[in-house]
Amino acid sequence: MANYPIVQNKEKARGNVFSAGGFYGRKTPVRGKELWVEKVLMLSASLFILAILLITLFIFAKGIPLIAKTGLTDFIFNTEWNPTKNKFGIGTMLVGSLAVTLGALLWAVPLGLITAIFMAEIAPVKVRDVLGSFIELLAGIPSVVYGFFGLIVVVPFIRDNLGGSGMSILAGAVILGIMILPTIINISRDAIRAVPEEYKINSLALGATHYQSIWRIIVPAARSGIITAVVLGMGRAIGETMAVVMVTGNATIIPDSILSPVRTMTSNIVLEMGYAAGDHQAALFATGTVLFVFIVLLNLIINISAKAGIKNAHR
Amino acid sequence: MPTANYGEKVMTLVFWLAAFLITAILAVIIGYIVVKGFSVLSLDFIFTPPSRAGKEGGISTTIVSTLYLVLGSLLIAVPVGVASAVYLEEYARKNSRFAYIVNLTAETLAGIPSIVFGLFGFVFFVIFLGWGWSILSGAMTMAIMILPTITRTSQEAILAVPREYRENSLALGASKWQTIRKIVLPSALPGIATGIILSIGRAVGETAALLLTAGSSLGMPMSITDPARTMAVHLYILAMEGISLERAFGTAFVIIVLILIINYAAHYGMRRLSALGR
Repeated sequence: MANYPIVQNKEKARGNVFSAGGFYGRKTPVRGKELWVEKVLMLSASLFILAILLITLFIFAKGIPLIAKTGLTDFIFNTEWNPTKNKFGIGTMLVGSLAVTLGALLWAVPLGLITAIFMAEIAPVKVRDVLGSFIELLAGIPSVVYGFFGLIVVVPFIRDNLGGSGMSILAGAVILGIMILPTIINISRDAIRAVPEEYKINSLALGATHYQSIWRIIVPAARSGIITAVVLGMGRAIGETMAVVMVTGNATIIPDSILSPVRTMTSNIVLEMGYAAGDHQAALFATGTVLFVFIVLLNLIINISAKAGIKNAHR
Repeated sequence: MPTANYGEKVMTLVFWLAAFLITAILAVIIGYIVVKGFSVLSLDFIFTPPSRAGKEGGISTTIVSTLYLVLGSLLIAVPVGVASAVYLEEYARKNSRFAYIVNLTAETLAGIPSIVFGLFGFVFFVIFLGWGWSILSGAMTMAIMILPTITRTSQEAILAVPREYRENSLALGASKWQTIRKIVLPSALPGIATGIILSIGRAVGETAALLLTAGSSLGMPMSITDPARTMAVHLYILAMEGISLERAFGTAFVIIVLILIINYAAHYGMRRLSALGR
């Protein structure tokens, strides 16, 4: 389930007059005994804030002491992970996470963008709707099923045709790419659709062909939405766990080719959490802390800049 | 419009190829699991409990566990999620700082990877509150994960209710809360239901967070404090530990069929909702 922050906010910004309490004026009858309703509803909404505070607090409380003990740079960049010797460096996993994410983006971004343009500008309505429901379905398939498919189909295919064990960066990149396609397609398609019709009309009126208008006018105008799509896709890829752990081999080494196995930060947590204790467990929480901080920052930047962008666009 | 030249014809081909490729990927994944899994499926597979760590027997206990976890998380997340949506759309003032922060928090929550929720659920529910690996811990963790989906879809559904509905209700002398309860919420119901259905899909497929909070015990859970293994966790363990590929296919098949049904239902709900504005 991808998040579509920009779209939703844009809809609101476009002025549903009754939204955000604006519809009910001061003269709307609010009976005395109904006053508690608003309080209860507000309490519910504040649970969101409580949840994020608790999550931050508890993960930090378990993870930060170990990071402090090891030293931040040592924890992140040291490539030795050896829990039995109390060596906790996630360098290899950082490289692993970045490698599979980059590999996934490399093919999923072009394919996703082309599909988004196709759906927004070219496809006949029927094709667009059918393709849309296919993409919804892709987004709905659980990651463990993707992982299983990767393990049964993609890994043997790589082993038989390209060599190695098949458990590799490449296998991870293929599966992750499929998984982030819906995010990339949906968000960039909405961004392309949101480009004002006049831009296209004016471009066509100046004698440009439809394709020239797409590449020179529409896509550049949708740029910020497309960047959002890519960044959210990236966030999803870095955070993905089950699909990756099943296909990348999970060796704690610095990879020397796309066919070599890697372990990602997320895989590290799910693989060792079952039996870890003491400092080892704290080190897994520290891995989670790094992941959490990275993804929350990524999301906050996207959400806040998207909101600012909408304010500017509607001034 | 000027006629397309040679380069543009190639471009058209590329566009259609991309669409075809996406369709093919989906067809291959679903087709493969359906074909391989269907031969494993039988009434026995669904109704007998697994034995010898899943090497033999069926998946009945994992189906029951999944059901409990889905119901448990909905029981918590639906009331909280819908109430928050009503507050954000009908009560909070425009430009309210509180509403801005809640919206931002919801979006941030939606972006957090499930493994991080798993870590939190483990340290908070399992250890700190002492609930252990249990349906309760798993359902609470899952509830936080699906909360943003339920709230966001409910917000959109409430927004889609035409303004006139509220006007007419108020004109007839109904109070604000009566209007919301008797007019706005019933009209928004298809949209709210869609959010719930999408959340069920997420809960059915969730693995990482539940592995860390509900555990992986294969027994039949008898109470909410018992540990449980869902179908998704079962599939992971069967495949990763090489216990039984055949049974892994069967489990994957059941999950995929559920997801297909859920997706169709969500699609139907969306259509009902978009018909409302007309």
